[in-house]
Amino acid sequence: MSDPIIRLKDLKLTLPSDAGEVNILRGLSLDVAPGEAVGLVGPSGSGKSTLLMVLAGLEKPTSGTVQVVGQDMAAMNEDALALFRRDHVGIVFQSFHLIPTMTALENVAVPMELAGRADAFERAEEELAQVGLAHRLTHYPGQLSGGEQQRVALARAVAGDPKILMADEPTGNLDGTTGDQIIELMFDLHDKRGTTLILITHDTELAEACDRVVHLKDGLIDRIEPGRRAAQRAAAQ
Amino acid sequence: MSGNNPPLSLAFRFARRELRGGLKGFRVFLACLTLGVAAIAAVGSVSSALVEGLSEEGQTILGGDVDFRLVHREPGDAELAFISDGTTVSRSIEMRGMAAAPKTDQRTLVELKGVDGLYPLYGTVALSPPLSLAQALEARDGVWGTVVEPALMDRLGVDVGDILQVGDVELQIRAVIVHEPDRVASGFALGPRLFLNDAAMQATKLVRLGSLVNYHYRVRLPEDARLNADVAAWVAGVTERFPDVGWRIQDRSDSAPGVRRFVERIALFLTLVGLTTLVVGGVGVGNAVNSYLDTKRDVIATLKCVGAPGSFIFNVYLIQVMALAIVGVVLGLVVGGITPFFVQWMIEDMLPIPARFALYPGPLVLAAGYGFLAALAFAIWPLARAREISATGLFRDLISPTRAWPRPGYIAAMVLSLLALAGLAIGLADRPDFAFWFVVGAVLSFVGLRFTASGLMSLARRAPRFRSPELRLALSNLYRPGAATTSVVLSLGLGLTLLVTISLIDGNLSEQINGELPDRAPSFFFVDIGPEQVEGFEAIVNGTPGVKALNRVPMLRGRVMSINEVEAKDISPAPDVAWMLQGDRGLTYSADLPGGSELVQGDWWVGEEATGSLISITEEMAQGFGIHLGDEITVNVLGRNISATVANTRNVDWGSVGINFIFVFSPGALQGAPHTNLATLSMDAAGELDLQRAVSKAFPNITIVRVKEALDAVGKLLEDFAMAVRATSVVTLASGIIVLAGAMAAGHRRRVYDAVVLKVLGATRGTILKAYIWEYALLGLGTAVVAAMAGTLSAWLVIVQVMEAPWSFLPVTLGLTVAGATIVTVALGLIGTWNALSAKAAPVLRAQ
Repeated sequence: MSDPIIRLKDLKLTLPSDAGEVNILRGLSLDVAPGEAVGLVGPSGSGKSTLLMVLAGLEKPTSGTVQVVGQDMAAMNEDALALFRRDHVGIVFQSFHLIPTMTALENVAVPMELAGRADAFERAEEELAQVGLAHRLTHYPGQLSGGEQQRVALARAVAGDPKILMADEPTGNLDGTTGDQIIELMFDLHDKRGTTLILITHDTELAEACDRVVHLKDGLIDRIEPGRRAAQRAAAQ
Repeated sequence: MSGNNPPLSLAFRFARRELRGGLKGFRVFLACLTLGVAAIAAVGSVSSALVEGLSEEGQTILGGDVDFRLVHREPGDAELAFISDGTTVSRSIEMRGMAAAPKTDQRTLVELKGVDGLYPLYGTVALSPPLSLAQALEARDGVWGTVVEPALMDRLGVDVGDILQVGDVELQIRAVIVHEPDRVASGFALGPRLFLNDAAMQATKLVRLGSLVNYHYRVRLPEDARLNADVAAWVAGVTERFPDVGWRIQDRSDSAPGVRRFVERIALFLTLVGLTTLVVGGVGVGNAVNSYLDTKRDVIATLKCVGAPGSFIFNVYLIQVMALAIVGVVLGLVVGGITPFFVQWMIEDMLPIPARFALYPGPLVLAAGYGFLAALAFAIWPLARAREISATGLFRDLISPTRAWPRPGYIAAMVLSLLALAGLAIGLADRPDFAFWFVVGAVLSFVGLRFTASGLMSLARRAPRFRSPELRLALSNLYRPGAATTSVVLSLGLGLTLLVTISLIDGNLSEQINGELPDRAPSFFFVDIGPEQVEGFEAIVNGTPGVKALNRVPMLRGRVMSINEVEAKDISPAPDVAWMLQGDRGLTYSADLPGGSELVQGDWWVGEEATGSLISITEEMAQGFGIHLGDEITVNVLGRNISATVANTRNVDWGSVGINFIFVFSPGALQGAPHTNLATLSMDAAGELDLQRAVSKAFPNITIVRVKEALDAVGKLLEDFAMAVRATSVVTLASGIIVLAGAMAAGHRRRVYDAVVLKVLGATRGTILKAYIWEYALLGLGTAVVAAMAGTLSAWLVIVQVMEAPWSFLPVTLGLTVAGATIVTVALGLIGTWNALSAKAAPVLRAQ
C-alpha cells in the first residue's frame, strides 16, 4: 500500500452531555489509500458521522492522531482547517447544506471563489451540467427537489477537484430511485477523477460497493471487509 | 357551524393561545413603537406644560392683566383716564441705550427699563443682595440706583456699588437681577437689562421726540373683574371707545403670543420629527411582523390545512399585533408622560419661561392615536400577504417571494391608515402648510429610498464578478432573497435624510450669521441720532481711521391707517404680509432710490416730484395687498395722518443687512415731521471699540448696536434652537438604528448557518469577516449617499426657496454624515453577526 492519504491512530473523542461525558470514538485506527473507496457502516450512535466530522476538521478529537493528505490535523487552527478543506476535501451531507439564499450556480462556485479561481463560475456551470442540472443554474435550493439539491451538493463537493470526497448518508433524505442516481453519479465521479471516497451509510449493500467496508460499533472498528469494488478492480487487472 | 367564517371571538381565543409564547421576537416592534409614541407624547406634554405655564402665569409674564404699548408717544389724557378708571396702572418706559462704566471706560448696549413705584403689578423682581426694587432704584445722596443683569457687569467689568453712566445720568449699581417676572414678554434682547427709576429715566434725557421708545401701560383690574372673559370684555370696551390710538393691546390670556407661537411652532416641528420616528419605526414594525409570521408559517399552514379561511388567519394575527401595539403604545405614553417631570427635574431653573408640569391627556391621546395608526399601517401588508399565500407557498416564501399583492381591501386599509396618519398631522397643525410639505417631503424620501434599495440590489446583482471572493459574497448578500437591504436603506435612510436636512439648514444659517453676514453687514447701527447731532456725529466718524462707508437716513415710525380709504382693520391681505399692518413700522424718506433696492414698477421721483406726497413700497407688499401704482396709503406718524400716492414698487435685498424699509416716502411727504436718524457704518474691526467709545461719550443718547455682538446673540439663539431640533432628529436616527439592528438580528440564524457552510467549504474567519464588512459598508455608504442627496435637496429648498437666503454647500457636514452612517452600519452589522464568525460547525450542521 502506498502512503495512506488518511491515517488515524488511536483516535478518541469524548463529548460532554447532561448525563456526563459520552465517549463517541474510543480508540480508532485506520489507514485509507489514495483513490480508495471506503464505506463506513454501523448502527446509529456508532460514531460514523462524528468520524467524518473529525476527518473533515469540523470536530477536534480528544486524543489520537489524524493525518490527512500528510498533514496533522491536530496542529491546525480553525482557519488553517478551513483552507485545508478548501484545497483537499469535498463533503456531501445528508441534509445537503446548501446556502438557501444562493442560486445553484452560486452554491457550486463558492469553494472555487474562496480559492480565488477566476473561472469559478464557468467551472461551476460545467459541474452542474455534469450532474444534469444545466437547466437549473439560477434556481434557489428551495426551488429544487431533494434529488436536485443533492446533485448540486455533489457538484459543489467535486468542483474544486478535491483529493478526498466525503459523503455522509448522501441518500438518507432521498427516495430509492433518486438515491440510486446520486450514488451512481458519485461513484462515476470517483472513478473518473481518482478521488478517495469516504462513504458513510446505514446501507450495508451500498457500502459493499466500495473497495473496503469498515464496520463501526460503539466508537470502535468492529471489523473491516473487502467490498465488491476491490474484487472488480482485481478482476479488471 | 353557521357561515363560512369563524366568529371573531374564536380569532381572539386563537390569538390569546399564540401570545402565550410571550413577546420574544417583538423587542424591535415594541422599541420602535415605544420610541415613536414616547417622542410625540413627550413633545406634546412638554409644549403643553410650557403653553399652560404661559397661560397660568399670564399676569406675571405680562406684568398686568392688560398691557398697552405705544411706540414713540404716550397716550392722550382721555385714553389714560379711561384705562385708569377703577384700575391700577403702572407705566414703564423701555428702550435701548448705551451704558458706560467710568471705572473701566467700557461701554455696551443695554435694554433700559424705567419703572414707576407700582412696578411690577404682579410677581416680584428678585435681586441679589435681596433688596426691594424700589429701595434699589431710589436716589441716595443725589445718585440714582440701578439693578442690572449679571451679563452687563461682566461686559463692563464692574461690580455692585460701581457707577454707570446712562445718557446724562449717573447710576449706582445696587444689586444684580436674579429674576425679572415679565422678561419673557419683552422678547428678543440685544443687550442685558438695566432697571432704573422712572424719574431717573427722564433725567437721562434719552427720551426725546422721535427716539425709539416703548411706553408700556400695564393695568391691574379689580379683583372681581379678572376672569379672562371680564378682561376681554374690558379690553373690548377700551378698543371700542378708542379705535384709532394705535396701541398694541395684550391681555393676560395670551401674555407672550410670540413666545407661545414659538413654542407651538417648535412643538409642531418636533411632533413631525416624532412622526417621522414613528414612520421609521414602522419599517421595524413591518419587519417584526414579517419575522414573526415567518416563525408561524407552520402554524398558519396547519391552520389552513384544517380549514381556517384566510380572513380568519388575518384576524388572528392582526389581534396579536394590535395587542402588542397596545403594550408598545402604553410604554411610549408612560415615557412621554413622565418626560415633562424629568425636564422639570433637569432644567426647570434654566427654562426662560414658566412651565406647568403635569400629566396632559390631550397630547397622550394624540400620541396613542399616531402609534396605533402607524402599527396598523405597517402591519397590514405582511398580515395580508400571509392571508393570501397558500400553505405550500408559505414554506417557500423566503426563496421565491410571492409577487401576489394583498387584496385591494387590505391595500385600501393600509393607504387609509397612512392617510389618516398624515391627515391627523396636517389637520392638527397650527401651520397646516408647513405640516403638509413636511409630510410630502417624508413621503417622497420614503419612496425615493425604497427605489434606492431596489436600485442597490439591482446594481449588486448586475455587478461584474469581482475576483475578491469577499466582495462577491458581500454583493450577493445585498440582493439575496430575504436580504435586509430594503429595511436598512429605509430605516437608516429616513433618519439620516432628516439629520442631513437639519444639519445643512442649521449649518447654512450659522454660516450666514458667523461668516457671510459679518462680511457683508456693516460694523455698526447707530439709532436715534438727533437732527442737531448729525454734524457732530459725522465729524467723529469721518475723523476715525479705518472708516469705509457711512450711510445715514432719516427714521420715523408710523402705522398704516388705510389703503385707498379702506381702514387697516378691514383689509384682508395675504397671510405672509399681514404683519406689515401690525403696529408701528419704520419709515424713511429719500430723494434717491435707496441702495440695495431695485425698481420693479413705476419710476423714482425726480425734481419737483420729490416735493409731493409720494410713497414707494416693496413689490411684495404691493402683491400681498393688491396695491397698484396711483393707490393711496395713509400712515399715522406721531399722531398725524399722512397720505401718499404709490409712485413705484421696489425689490429689496433684505439679506444685505443695510438700511432697508418697506415704506420710503418722497422728501416732501415727511421732511417736516420730527424725526431722528439711523446710520450704518462699515469700518475696520480694529477701530470699532474706539469709535464706539468716542460716539458714546459725545452723544450718550445715541444707541450703538455693534453688529458683531447682535449677530453673536442671534447665533446663540439659533444654536440653542438647533440643538433642540437636532436632539429630536437623533431620536429618529435612534429609531432607525433600532430597526437596522433588528433587521440585522432577524437574519442572524441564517447568517450563522451561512457562515458555518462557508467554513465547511473552506472560508476562513477573516474571509467571512471581510465579506461582512464589505456588505455593511456598501449598505451604509449607499444609504448615506442617497440620504445626503435627499437631505441636501430638502435643505436647499428650505434655504433658497423658502428663506430666500444664499446657499452654501457644506462638504464637511455631508462627509461626516456619510462616514458616520457607514461606520454605524458596519459596527452594528458586525455586532449582530460577530458570533456567527465563531460558531462551531459541527453543532450547527447536526441541528439541521
